[in-house]
Order: sequence, then structure tokens, then C-alpha cells
Amino acid sequence: MNKVVFNNMVRFILLVLFQVLVFNHINLFGYINPFIYISWVFLFPVRKSKSLLLLTSFFLGILIDVFSDSGGIHTAAILFIAYFRLPVLKMVMGKSDFDYVLFNLKNLTLNKLLLFITILTLLDTFMVFLLDYFSLSDIGAIFSNTILTSIFTILISFFGILLFTKKHK
Amino acid sequence: MQQLFYFIRKFRYFLLFLLLEIIALTLTIQNHSYQQSKFINSANFISGGIYNKVSSITDFFNLKSENRLLAEENNRLKNWIEKNKPKDLNQVVTHIDSGNYIQKYKYITAKIINNNYTKRNNFLTLNKGTKENLKIDLGVINSKGVVGVVKNVSTNFATVLSILNSNSKINVRLKKSFHFGTLVWDGKNYNIAQITDIPRQAVVKIGDTIITGGKSAIFPEGINVGVVKNLKFENNQYKEINITLFNDMSALSYVQVIINYQKNEQKGLEQYNLDE
Repeated sequence: MNKVVFNNMVRFILLVLFQVLVFNHINLFGYINPFIYISWVFLFPVRKSKSLLLLTSFFLGILIDVFSDSGGIHTAAILFIAYFRLPVLKMVMGKSDFDYVLFNLKNLTLNKLLLFITILTLLDTFMVFLLDYFSLSDIGAIFSNTILTSIFTILISFFGILLFTKKHK
Repeated sequence: MQQLFYFIRKFRYFLLFLLLEIIALTLTIQNHSYQQSKFINSANFISGGIYNKVSSITDFFNLKSENRLLAEENNRLKNWIEKNKPKDLNQVVTHIDSGNYIQKYKYITAKIINNNYTKRNNFLTLNKGTKENLKIDLGVINSKGVVGVVKNVSTNFATVLSILNSNSKINVRLKKSFHFGTLVWDGKNYNIAQITDIPRQAVVKIGDTIITGGKSAIFPEGINVGVVKNLKFENNQYKEINITLFNDMSALSYVQVIINYQKNEQKGLEQYNLDE
């Protein structure tokens, strides 16, 4: 088996287990739980097929939803950011075409990496809380939850990516 | 035909995204309706099994508070027996005529292996399922009060619609008078729930105890729910009644599932009335 495939499978399983067993029960300040599973979308190799990213993200989302009894909320949100990953990446990098083969997340400058993670995290958490509350009268709660959860998620996934990924040579 | 193939090939990435997104949104909408999705719930053997394993480890840390709860319940039940003892024990003739007794409710002990209370729509997972006669729409309580209603069952596990869920609507009443209302939750604080549909002639005061109404076939009458915390009375009707729950929903462990033996009879009769 290919090393990249193996690494990604291990990452998939670890992300699900860490999310449902650890990060769903952190309850910082009483109610904030970070969504670290979306790091899957950040870390998925760019040179792999885009449809594979959609399909794997779908199954990751379904697993998270099964464990947290949330219907299809996390699936819908992670699919959304998986679809918009490439446009956001292009926007952050500021150029329309880049080298798919040699691209590596660690080669981005820290500012750009942070911006990339921030945009996708905000999108994802907003989708999650919008679908969870499912009513526009709770828009205040939706926004406050989105902001607080995003900050926590961005911090953890940013430092997680810095610590646990190797720099491409 | 060729153009159709061309179209599909050109937009296949977008079409795949659309298809998967529609599946996800369908599951979401299903979850927001009364009946939870049959497949996407934690009462299956994978998630249930994992939660069961983890809870068998973390249980150890709750032993102290669990013991205290048991002691408190024993104390309450012993006091209840003392209060209801006859004056002279010699006068009591033990005479059991089984024809006089009908068992209406049966309680089954189960353990909560996954507890959620921070989201807008919370579900719990139990470690018992159809093997122990659990079914959909059974009430779940613990020694302090109401917990929720069973929503999905598999062979060994069940999910419970917590009272901290936008779909949860439980019939409750004031302990001192027979005015009924509905218990709902606004999603803000897990210790505080709301009561709606209380008739305006009811006299509600801060500190009043709220218990289950027993109108539905799910909960017996008189199970503790909470105490009125504050209320707003405007334009001759109750705008908002907040109650503090007796139960600490963040620390649930062992619960009782209630089976009502007369449920079918009651439901059938009510249905018969509706059909007429």
C-alpha cells in the first residue's frame, strides 16, 4: 500500500476518534467544543482527485454525525468546505494556477496558512450552527456560537498542523 | 444524448457535490422532524460499542457522586415508607388479592454511555436495546427527574431524545393545581427549561414545583421536573416561564426506562376518538 494512502487512512480514523471521544466533551466555558475533524479538508493532498476529497469528506461527516446524533449537519458543512477548498486556496495564494504536484500546505507562509484555515473554519462552523438551530430567530446564538467555536477550532488546527506535519523538501 | 454525456462530464465534480449535499441535507431535515433518522444515529454496534467501552473506563470517576445519589434516593423512599406506616402494625392483615393489583409501569435500569448537553439538539445513548424490551417512545427518568424519551433502538443500544432538544415536548403540570403545560427548551442554559401553553387562569408563582402531567402515555404522573425560576405575565397571559431543572443534565449516569403496560389500550382509545 502506498505510504500517502496509509497516512491518510490513519489520519481519518484518528480525527474521528479524537473528535467524538475527546473534543466533543471539552465544553470550554460550559459549551464550546472545537471541530477538529475539518483538518481533514486542510490536509488532504491537493494532487489527489477532487472527487475523492468529496467522497472521503462525506464519509467522515457521516461518521461524526452518527456518533453525535446530529443527522447530516456535519456532513453538509464539511462537504461545503471540501467543495470550496480549491477556490479559497487560490484566493489566499493570490494566483490562479499553481503547481499541483509539488504543492504542500507547509510551504505556505504562516499568514496565508492562518487565513486559509480561518476562512474554511468560519464557513464550516456557520453551516453547522445554522443547520443545528434551523431557525432565523436564533441568529444571535448562531453567530456567537460560530465565532467562539471558530476561534477555538482555528487555534487547535493551526498549531496541530504546525506540530504534526513535516515540511516538504 | 451526446450533449448530455458531455454536460455530465463537464460538471461531474459539481454534480457529485450536489448529490452528496442533498443526501446530507435530507438527513438533517429528517433529524429535525419528530422521527429520527433510522440509520444515522449512535444506537448502532460501532458507535454504541465504542461509547460503551469508553464509559466503562470513565464510570470509575463518577462512583462517588453516583453513590451519593443512591443514598439520597434510599433516604427519600425510607422517609416515604415511614410517613405512610399505619399507627398499629398489629391491625394490619396481610392479604394480597392479585385481582386488586394491576402493574401499570415497569422500570428498567440502563446506563447513559454518551451524554450531550451543549448543543441545540441533544441526544443521549443508552447501553440497552431491544434485547431488554426497549422500544421507541418510552420515558427515561432518574432519581431526580425527567431525562428524555427513547427515540431509536438497536439490539443492544438506544438513543434518547433529551429534554434539551428543540423537538422535545413533554406534558407537565403544577404540583399544587391541575393546570397543564408543555416543557420545552430554548437552547441557552442546560439547567433552565421553559414551560408554554399554561392557561391564563392558572396561578403560577416563583418557587412552584413542576411535575409531569401523566396525560401522555409516556411518563407516569408526578415525576419531578423543576422549580419555577422567573416568569413574565403580560396582556393577561403567561409570556415566559423559566424553570430550574432538578436534574443536572451534565452529569447523568444510571437512568430508568419506563414501560407502560396500558399504553396500547390508552393510545387505541384516543385514536378511536380521533377517528370518529
